[in-house]
Amino acid sequence: MSGPSRASTAQPTMARRGGRRHWLGGYFWLLIALLYLPIAILFVFSINANTTLSFPLKGFTLDWYEKLFDTPALLRAVRNSLGVAVWSSLAATGLGAMVAILLSRFDFRGKGALTGLAIMPLIVPYVVLGIALLVLFKAVGVPLSLATVGIAHTIVALPYTTLIVLASLVGFDAQLEEAAMDLGASYPATLRLVVLPIAAPALLSAWVTAFTVSFDEFALALFLAGREPTFPVYLYGQLRFATTLPVLIATAVLLMLSTLTLILVTERIRRR
Amino acid sequence: MILARRAGAPQGARPADPRRRTFWILALPPALGLALFLVAPLLFMAALSFRTDLSGTLLAPFAPTLKHYAQLASTAPFLRSLGLSALTALGVAAAATALAYPLAYYLAFRAGRRAAFYLVLLLVPFWTSYLLRVMAWKLMLGGEGVINSLLMSAGIVDEPIAALLYNRGAVIVTLVYVWIPFAALPILAALGRVDVRLHDAAADLYATPFQQFRRVTLPLSLPGVIAAFLMVFIPTVGEYVTPLLVGGTSGTMYGNIIQDFFTRAANWPYGSALAMVMLVGTVALVAVGLRLVNPRRLLER
Repeated sequence: MSGPSRASTAQPTMARRGGRRHWLGGYFWLLIALLYLPIAILFVFSINANTTLSFPLKGFTLDWYEKLFDTPALLRAVRNSLGVAVWSSLAATGLGAMVAILLSRFDFRGKGALTGLAIMPLIVPYVVLGIALLVLFKAVGVPLSLATVGIAHTIVALPYTTLIVLASLVGFDAQLEEAAMDLGASYPATLRLVVLPIAAPALLSAWVTAFTVSFDEFALALFLAGREPTFPVYLYGQLRFATTLPVLIATAVLLMLSTLTLILVTERIRRR
Repeated sequence: MILARRAGAPQGARPADPRRRTFWILALPPALGLALFLVAPLLFMAALSFRTDLSGTLLAPFAPTLKHYAQLASTAPFLRSLGLSALTALGVAAAATALAYPLAYYLAFRAGRRAAFYLVLLLVPFWTSYLLRVMAWKLMLGGEGVINSLLMSAGIVDEPIAALLYNRGAVIVTLVYVWIPFAALPILAALGRVDVRLHDAAADLYATPFQQFRRVTLPLSLPGVIAAFLMVFIPTVGEYVTPLLVGGTSGTMYGNIIQDFFTRAANWPYGSALAMVMLVGTVALVAVGLRLVNPRRLLER
């Protein structure tokens, strides 16, 4: 991120017209407040002693958080989502790393095609990809399940993992690999002992990104989940029933906090 | 670089390249995965759109027909919906980009040492569940929701205002809200590459701050602006979840019609034709956008 360092070199200019700094800062914090408002409302809703969020509030309760552990279908949906996210993010990271190594270290025919295909899921609208996969699975007789959701999530996470790993591989000196091979390492050994350790932080961010992409993905999962719902699909199915809403929101708040912790912790590890 | 040259494919004159085997081990899984689960499904869908109906199995041979496309072209409501969806996406992308620009500008030039932390702060809402953020708006705008109950307890209105939810306005507000943090990223990347000495040069030549912005900073950040616009426009034009939750009947988008043909209406060939139109339109738009911005320029330091 070159932002901060640039800004500090701009210091003298900034002092000359300090007035505008104020205006932009105000705008920034106003928007931040607006962005956090709905999230704050969700949180309030999850500790509110009423099934609708009408003001004035009736009181404070932790019942919803307690109740969520007595709802087996809900817990099952969360577990399904976790499973899909873990497997699809591992697959997307592995495949993305392979594509990134190919693109940064090899010259071959079809390189342009591979680049285009790996990036393409960013461009194809989810509704289109969802029905296309649905058509394929129906055509070849693959029953819908958590696995079909996982396949879709792997495909849509691939551009992110590829780009993240690629950025780190382009950034380091390929002569390190030359050196390793000159010293007698085979190419696979060079990849394992030189390239992977250097790319490890990028692999970690790629995995976290893929995990979060999968974990709350809904548009594809709605088409491709069979009888076993992921959490977003379950949540969507339950929206009609107003009385269960607070429990769902409480679960969602917990999941949101866990995801954020995961992101911040891995970011810490990566920075080290 | 050296390695890349050594592996040069056209000069296959080096059959003894020690990396040859590794190349195939690395290439086969992603190539197979993409062929099976990205290329094949899209081709299947394309083929399906040229089928009369779903009689027989999906793999059976068929006589291709253009009737679904003809029907689509003559169905005014669908065409209108396609146009409206494109317009909605256009509006959402323009609004999100415009609102995100000052945020990126602040982070790039004014936030100082804290910029990295502020950026995380801006992105946290984006990392929280999409479905949930849309839900939050439903809770805010609904008949028994936050805004209505506040207005009523303040005595401003007696009856809840129903017009807040389940219309196109609610869809647009929700989507703009969802995409603002994301739109700030490419703009920030472009602004980060602007040489701040140009600001000083402009100031030395007596440019007012506004002139300096309009003549120097804005043109230099334009690739980021276009990238931000596209990055919001593409997912928005295919959106069907947000309209499903907050759009009601007047807020439906083209994506909802496609979804309907695969769920309730169950006319897959026609739905495939609708989806093909969306796919081709989106890809064409991205091609035009990539002409305007060279994405590599954004990634370079």
